[in-house]
Amino acid sequence: MILKPRLEDLKIIGFYLGKIILGLALTMVIPILIGLCFGETNPVLDFFISIEISILLGLLLVKICQTDKDLNWMQGMIVVSLSWVVAMILGAIPLYLSGHWKSFLDACFDAMSGFATTGLALVQDLDHLSYAHNLWRHLIMFLGGQGIVVIALSFFVRGFSGAFKMYVGEARDEKIMPNVINTSRFIWLVSIVYLILGTLALGITGALNGMKPFNALFHGACIFMAAFDTGGFSPQSQNILYYHSFAYEVITVILMVLGALNFKLHYHLWMGNRNELIKNIETRTLFVTIIATFSVVAVGLAQTGIYPAAITLFRKGFYQLISGHTGTGFQTIYAQQFGTDWNQLALVGVILAMALGGAVCSTTGAIKMLRIGIIFKAFKEDLKRIIMPEGAIVIEKFHHIREVFLGDKLVRSALIITLAYIILYVLGALIGMFYGYPFIGALFESTSAAANVGLSCGITNIAMPSVLKVTYILQMWAGRLEFMSVFTILGFLFASIKGK
Amino acid sequence: MKKKIKLTLIILFLVFSPQKAVFSQSLSSGELIRNAKEYDGKLIVYSGEVIGDVMLRSEFAWVNINDGENALGAWMSAALTKEIKFTGNYESRGDCLEIVGIFHRACLEHGGDMDIHAQSLRKIGNGRIVQEKLNFDKVSLSLILLGALFLIWILTLFKHK
Repeated sequence: MILKPRLEDLKIIGFYLGKIILGLALTMVIPILIGLCFGETNPVLDFFISIEISILLGLLLVKICQTDKDLNWMQGMIVVSLSWVVAMILGAIPLYLSGHWKSFLDACFDAMSGFATTGLALVQDLDHLSYAHNLWRHLIMFLGGQGIVVIALSFFVRGFSGAFKMYVGEARDEKIMPNVINTSRFIWLVSIVYLILGTLALGITGALNGMKPFNALFHGACIFMAAFDTGGFSPQSQNILYYHSFAYEVITVILMVLGALNFKLHYHLWMGNRNELIKNIETRTLFVTIIATFSVVAVGLAQTGIYPAAITLFRKGFYQLISGHTGTGFQTIYAQQFGTDWNQLALVGVILAMALGGAVCSTTGAIKMLRIGIIFKAFKEDLKRIIMPEGAIVIEKFHHIREVFLGDKLVRSALIITLAYIILYVLGALIGMFYGYPFIGALFESTSAAANVGLSCGITNIAMPSVLKVTYILQMWAGRLEFMSVFTILGFLFASIKGK
Repeated sequence: MKKKIKLTLIILFLVFSPQKAVFSQSLSSGELIRNAKEYDGKLIVYSGEVIGDVMLRSEFAWVNINDGENALGAWMSAALTKEIKFTGNYESRGDCLEIVGIFHRACLEHGGDMDIHAQSLRKIGNGRIVQEKLNFDKVSLSLILLGALFLIWILTLFKHK
């Protein structure tokens, strides 16, 4: 028998959702400060209005749903999935008020794209956007990359066991420290240290490349947030092509790869355990899949002959490939060039890379390396069983921080999530094809949205059908949360209607 | 006037040059990107607003020019950039330029970037500082919301008492 959710459930969900909204409202102070520094009056007002709406909503929820009860698993998952939807709506308000987005749906699209660290964008006239709004676009990538709930866990929630349930709901099931709040704080520590180093590196490179010093630093901070959090937004409409700089490309590649690594791996590297990098199943799988997918891209590009020099082919092919594989979405070519200059083989290489993604407990989306590694190990185990004598005991294990025995439960879980992602990629592609886009293009864009990548072959633009915009928003949401929270909310809705 | 004559002479010379075709009419960025193969290595005319920074690289510079559809990078002599007074951003509209140069679908000199190597430049519109006007609707809305927040605060105080 399905039980109808009680009023108590709604109160608990509302209370914690309110707390997360209040946390989100506080982050809007940053663009307000930037706007005030530059005398951007109307942008400051946009954020002032948004912060007021957010505080109003957050306070109302906290006051009406006041409770001292802890979350259970179902409630934790629902709080997480709802907080991403609410964050999208509240985050879209200042964007829409700026007048640079054609409709509120477009602003919601970019807000979800930012929070989910995707990078697909529907902004218009980006080159004239204010500093405050531009910073917000990148900041939401930083916040979303760490996890909206992680923010609340780090600063606004003090030691309750429900914290772990929300943390898991946000597709982070690994504890680095003994408790989840310290884990969240460690994630912030890593990110802030890299933020300072990355911003300086990009800022200095930008200044040496002829940018005005302040602009170089501002772009450095924005590009860092988009690269390390594998987001893909950029302050200029040309994306990374704007900088015309090999050094900039090299630094962003390093940052993208760092962002695609497991935070737990970062912890071990920080502790001086460099062997972990070599032994870890995720880094090994990432290395193999990068080589495999780049080989496909390189053969494809060589066939087209667009880049006759090997170094040029490598620079263009490898950059888009790494950008896709790490789930970032930075481009050094125009979106339309994927369709006009790249052939289908090269596109398939990029689609495969996008579909695979980076490490678990990182800021990337998609299937992820741990699952690919586990599935590969399971195949290897089955092959061994066939080859070896019937009585032989076959045991397969892998190294992921520690030695782990490959159990059926692990393989099943990896296969289910992989299958869910493949279905999500195909569903989006089918809807794209329904609206008349060619198969490869539709699959490319759908995979990019669902895997939270952000590379575009030109389908994502303000003229695309609203249904497709909503489809991509849902894909970005489901892909970022890795389904469980989304399935829970669907179950909750079903129980609300059909339950007794 | 002198510059206009110079530009006309260059265009005329290249129109009748046997090696390279010239597209004397200004082409849009969309047209160039979509049909990059056709225009690759050809002399073209492109116009639009200068956006972002003029990035000087020793004797040359990168200038990104947006025609409203996309922005394309133009590689030119640093001397040519002296005419540029305003670049487009939130605070200002950039100067509008018309450049004549060789279009590259995947420039070998610049790591495969799609760019234009400008040979000449003409300012066709002056940029300006954009005066920001205060939006009173936004001011009203923010005051109403502030009032609502204040009301909730008062109600909370009463509830505590």
